[in-house]
Amino acid sequence: MNIHEYQAKQVFARYGVPIPKGKMIEKAEDARAAAQEIGGNIWVVKAQIHAGGRGKGGGVKLAKNLDEVEKYASEILGMTLVTHQTGPAGKLVKKVYIEAGVDIQKELYLGMVLDRTSEMPVMMASTEGGMEIEKVAAESPEKIIKVGIDPLIGFQPFHARKLAFGLKLSKEQIKHFGKFCKALYEVYSNNDASLIEINPLVLKGDDTFIALDAKMGFDDNAMYRHPEIQEMRNLDEEEPTELEAGKYGLNYIKLEGNVGCMVNGAGLAMSTMDIIKLSGGEPANFLDVGGAASAETVAKGFEIILRDPNVKAIFVNIFGGIVRCDRIANGILEATEKIKVKVPLVVRLNGTNSAEAAEILKTAKIENIITATDLADGAAKAVNAARGV
Amino acid sequence: MSILVNKDSRVVVQGFTGKEGTFHSEQCLEYGTNIVGGVTPGKGGQTHLGKPVFNTVQDAVEAVNANTSIIFVPPAFSADAVMEAAEAGIKVIVCITEGIPAADMMIAKKFVQKQGATLIGPNCPGIISAGETKIGIMPGVVFKKGNVGVISKSGTLTYEAANQVVEAGLGITTAIGIGGDPIIGTTYIDLLKHFENDPETEAVVMIGEIGGDLEIQAAKYIKESFSKPVVAFIAGQTAPKGKRMGHAGAIIAGSKGTAKEKMDALSAVGVHVCDSPADIGKKVKEVLSK
Repeated sequence: MNIHEYQAKQVFARYGVPIPKGKMIEKAEDARAAAQEIGGNIWVVKAQIHAGGRGKGGGVKLAKNLDEVEKYASEILGMTLVTHQTGPAGKLVKKVYIEAGVDIQKELYLGMVLDRTSEMPVMMASTEGGMEIEKVAAESPEKIIKVGIDPLIGFQPFHARKLAFGLKLSKEQIKHFGKFCKALYEVYSNNDASLIEINPLVLKGDDTFIALDAKMGFDDNAMYRHPEIQEMRNLDEEEPTELEAGKYGLNYIKLEGNVGCMVNGAGLAMSTMDIIKLSGGEPANFLDVGGAASAETVAKGFEIILRDPNVKAIFVNIFGGIVRCDRIANGILEATEKIKVKVPLVVRLNGTNSAEAAEILKTAKIENIITATDLADGAAKAVNAARGV
Repeated sequence: MSILVNKDSRVVVQGFTGKEGTFHSEQCLEYGTNIVGGVTPGKGGQTHLGKPVFNTVQDAVEAVNANTSIIFVPPAFSADAVMEAAEAGIKVIVCITEGIPAADMMIAKKFVQKQGATLIGPNCPGIISAGETKIGIMPGVVFKKGNVGVISKSGTLTYEAANQVVEAGLGITTAIGIGGDPIIGTTYIDLLKHFENDPETEAVVMIGEIGGDLEIQAAKYIKESFSKPVVAFIAGQTAPKGKRMGHAGAIIAGSKGTAKEKMDALSAVGVHVCDSPADIGKKVKEVLSK
């Protein structure tokens, strides 16, 4: 789960991570009052979407007077912002954040992420603030300083010193930087974050630090213990079909191809997409119906797959383990009665009671069901069926 | 022979009397697993499925000499259950539960290591030594006895692979689902070390997926220290970047953790990498007939 910049900054503020004064608005007519409330004589107007690269896409503007604040807010609200992270369709901007301008001495980068190799969070800093950090990592990895933080000891002053000396900060700056990093670690560990990025982190003229941007992602598995973070979830930013599938215990991700897939288990579901591609087709989706596929979940799965008009055939690939194949076969029959699946349905059931399952499907004599004996056979038949062969 | 668990493993089920715990304990007992008891706090002294129920893992260790545990408790309590087992002296801890916070697992894993125990999972189908013991939720019938070891991040894909190996006329020594979470107790390397020392295992099937770099670490280890043939398949060649594909750990972050990167690393060290998940059984057969 991700949250908006203005929300991440609210979390930062609770832990004493310095942020500029700001206010989120949803109507352009509120812009002027917001800017007046913030005070000062320079403001930044920022689109709030869950994607980076907003500045380049025209979603961040510097306003030098109240008229400009209002003008930029009305331009940005309602625009469809396309950045390197939104995909070509872009994202509709429904919220903007108006923030006080900051006196910038230098722009840096500071981030935290769970490092799967060392199995602990790492804090990363770089002098290359404002740049795409992926690009820095690829082109000049020596410019990124990393420290792993063992959760058994938490954040210690030496962690901060390692980063600070790497950034070549002055003695006065190091003092402020250490406090900043310590507070940021608290934000990360107390909220089960999976990612924090501050890009840029600004070194101000008075040698203190402030988070000019803020990006936060969280460990979905831990959200049950953070109701206040869960409340920040913005469903507008998520794929509606994926959300609906989730309610039924289905894991669905839409792709671009025309062969729909229904599979039990995430690994087998990914492999099914792969073998469709290897057989000359393109998968239309990832769909894991879970370990306990029932007639109801199968029916819902068909319904969701068929909402995508590109789908020309569906490949049902089930390896029955504890869930018996005969039950799944009956589930498919019930589901096709309910849902009226018109496209060809290639069914491969293997594992426990697969012979009985094959018999059930044969006896039912449903015209558009094509049975397959194994993974390769099923993929080939599904790809052909999608082509109309 | 087998690795880590065998017919003598004395298994205690944590979360024994719950719905999942009960169902899968029955399945394991049917397979022949030596379940010596279960733990459900507050139900100590009762009998369930004909086995004693204890309040704590420590009680089960003292009363019935349990040395292996399988965990079916809800995600919010799983890390605690793992640490309780490790503290009580359990040697092999199998955690089936999906959805455990990564921060909890970071701590639990460190404690398990300190105690000298082996943690399998979480978010995994468990471990099975064919014909001896099933400590997991996999369909036992698929795993016929033979000479091939299986290590996999996935559940049903493991059954698929084992089934192909069996249909090719071969069988399984031990199959382990290591789990699809970002932090897991046992990795490919840990298990390859065991398979290297198991005289009955003649080849290993390694099933990976997108996300993280465990497969790449394994490639380095195989190059330096593994003498038996390895057949590998990596799921997610067609997975889009930045999307979590079912498993918490199955995500391509930036350009890291792609299937191609892993397949190339494994091929480079002489692992037989299958492009298609339908070729795993055939490939093992081919490699072993050389």
